[in-house]
Amino acid sequence: MSREKKEVFGRAEEFVALFSRGAEFTKQLLQENERLRGRLSTVEDRQNYAAQDNLEWEKLREELLARITGLENEKQGVMDRLRAVEEENRQFAGRYLEIEEENNNLANLYVASYQLHSTLDLSEVLKTIIEIVINLIGAEVFAVYVLDENTNQLSPVASEGKALPAFPRVPLGSGVVGESVASGETACGEALPSDDLARPIVCIPLRIEERPIGAIAIFKLLAQKDTFAPLDHELFALLAGHAATSIFAAQLYGQSERKLNTIQGFIDLLTK
Amino acid sequence: MQQHRILIVEDSPTMRQLLVFALKRIKGAELIEAQDGMDGLRKVTSDHFDLALVDINMPVMDGLKLISLIRVEESLKEMPIVVITTEGAKEDRERALSLGADEYLTKPIQANRVLSVAKSMLKIE
Repeated sequence: MSREKKEVFGRAEEFVALFSRGAEFTKQLLQENERLRGRLSTVEDRQNYAAQDNLEWEKLREELLARITGLENEKQGVMDRLRAVEEENRQFAGRYLEIEEENNNLANLYVASYQLHSTLDLSEVLKTIIEIVINLIGAEVFAVYVLDENTNQLSPVASEGKALPAFPRVPLGSGVVGESVASGETACGEALPSDDLARPIVCIPLRIEERPIGAIAIFKLLAQKDTFAPLDHELFALLAGHAATSIFAAQLYGQSERKLNTIQGFIDLLTK
Repeated sequence: MQQHRILIVEDSPTMRQLLVFALKRIKGAELIEAQDGMDGLRKVTSDHFDLALVDINMPVMDGLKLISLIRVEESLKEMPIVVITTEGAKEDRERALSLGADEYLTKPIQANRVLSVAKSMLKIE
């Protein structure tokens, strides 16, 4: 069979199938029409019958009123359900915002913690602490203090906003910074700038369990930041523990490196 | 899915990681990091980007210089630039916007705000 003939037969089969579907649909429409006509006729018969008989008319009327009442109750139920769903939606939207905020806060805390533990170099650890305090807390003037266990003095080792020598050394247990480190309690005042470098607006003690390591003292926030948010307090708590661990680990690593070099020097001296 | 190439020019690794965290939530976002203005300029002139987030205070080349150099390039004139900085003064904002920045956000940043500004710049609903 030629290709043209095949195409013609193919088209013919498609037309037949189309007409068959059309016929089936028409048949269904006719059946539905018949059913509705029957229903209409029954209702009309009942109405005509009822119109001739008061008792029957009253019965029909009551049935209709009961049906209207039923529909009104149903409508009320649907409206109540709609209101409940709308309220539920409002609650979900509120919860979504809360979770979103929580998610963002956790991201901040994760990033801070990740960066603090990403190095064992003390200068890098201090740089990371400075970045966190500037970028995540929004401080403009602050210093990081480290405790010298021999002298029990807290010395500034890194600062921002003012030169390092401007920040005074503080004896442990004395002044806002010293007391905060000794007690392990974060000192947090109003978010107003303090020009007195002995009285920070926030002092975060850095401790590992009971062992004091140092402190972060904040004296001034960025101009656009006028209050502390709940996230700031979570960051203070995170820094109190994680910055202390990072500084301590970096100090230990630095000491062990120096000792290793000394021992290596001795070994080289003895073996060469 | 539509791809959105976003350049983050920021010297602080902490901020870069935070911005990546926030912007990763944009579907189809490809995030490229640059650690200073010069690195940013190299990247932005050698590849196509749909958006650039730029810090101001950076070593080697600052953000304002980078923005002015970007706006000189004919092919980069339309690329949206969002400044993210600690500088909150009105004159800093005006200077950045006059140089060609499209939006100015101050630190500490709110991830939601960065995300909504980035979406608006990328014309994502």
